[in-house]
Amino acid sequence: MAKSELMRTSLYAGGTSPIKMIQAGFYNEDCLVYDLEDSVSAGEKDAARFLVYNAVKYQRPENKYILIRVNGIYSEYLDEDLEAAVRAQPDAIRIPKVEYAEEVKRIDKRMTEIERKAGLPVGQIQIWCNIESYQGVLNAREIATASPRVAAMALGAEDFTASMTAQRTKPGWEIFYARNAVLMACREAGISAQDAVFSDINDSEGLQTDLQMTRTLGFDGKTCVHPRQIDTVNACFTPSQKEIRNAQRVLEALEEAAKNHTGVCTLDGGMVDKPMELRARCTLAKAEAAGIKMGGQTK
Amino acid sequence: MKIKRPAMAGTLESSDVQIILEPNPGSGIEIELNSDVKTTFGDAIEATIRQVLDEFSVTDAQVTVHDKGALDFVIRSRMQCAVCRAAEGKYDWGKEDPNG
Repeated sequence: MAKSELMRTSLYAGGTSPIKMIQAGFYNEDCLVYDLEDSVSAGEKDAARFLVYNAVKYQRPENKYILIRVNGIYSEYLDEDLEAAVRAQPDAIRIPKVEYAEEVKRIDKRMTEIERKAGLPVGQIQIWCNIESYQGVLNAREIATASPRVAAMALGAEDFTASMTAQRTKPGWEIFYARNAVLMACREAGISAQDAVFSDINDSEGLQTDLQMTRTLGFDGKTCVHPRQIDTVNACFTPSQKEIRNAQRVLEALEEAAKNHTGVCTLDGGMVDKPMELRARCTLAKAEAAGIKMGGQTK
Repeated sequence: MKIKRPAMAGTLESSDVQIILEPNPGSGIEIELNSDVKTTFGDAIEATIRQVLDEFSVTDAQVTVHDKGALDFVIRSRMQCAVCRAAEGKYDWGKEDPNG
């Protein structure tokens, strides 16, 4: 299993190219997704399945959260994908185009059957659900809690906008509601919320603007379509020194107030309330997970 | 498994290996290995190929290997795929399951 709980970035590596799969282990993404779905043509599904299985089992990159994206729920490949993926024992299996809780329950049940047959620990492999249609967004709350294995949901904006007959734009207002709906469902279920990709790999300014929205809304991470996006996205989800110091000051002020048995606590002329404490603790937890020492030096 | 027809798996990309498997009835396993690192890793590559053939109980096959610096997991994967294609069979993912 991954040592880190960070899920700031996930990068897809197509299951057809050994060199891309090997290289993907050397980038800075927190989560590496070996893909059996969209990046693999129908004639190479069998080859990709073997390659991904053996990569995860015998050549697994250290310190990364490893996922396998299987083929679609209603595809002819899914069952064999699960047979291979569960036995490879990644940290999670990523399921594309989830629309109903029942689909997740069926996959959970199948995974459990395979784990039992294979003599593996039951329930250890998590599930990430890709929400890629209006139906998935509408059912996000039920999907998020469909199985204890569900550890994250990720919005797939391209397919979602297609299902809405909407146009995909860089400002992203067409996915604003979907982002919030998925995010709230994740928060309710206590799981990780992963934002949609920013597809234009040559537009670094656009990525920055998109990330401002991603982070402001409260997502925990974002899927990258290209390795060059990884460091920018990681930086977005890593608290700055200023944010860390502010968080520390909030907690220090609360500590001081508790010592003095003061009912109300203030900082810089403003009241420190429960949401501020929660945000401060969250910031410090993220900083710690990212390996930042509170003095500003990285571990 | 019996090799029924010629089959290929893998590519000639860097870090990959292309494996061509052909029927070789009654003549055992014959391996032709082409690799820039044959002097250093030839024995290891051949050992992996023979090991996979053994796991599938393949006794007769002509194997042509074009290695482009593939790691062991890649050679294993391409061999498994080539055998299944050549034998026109599905891989039994549960063959080593203790509770199967």
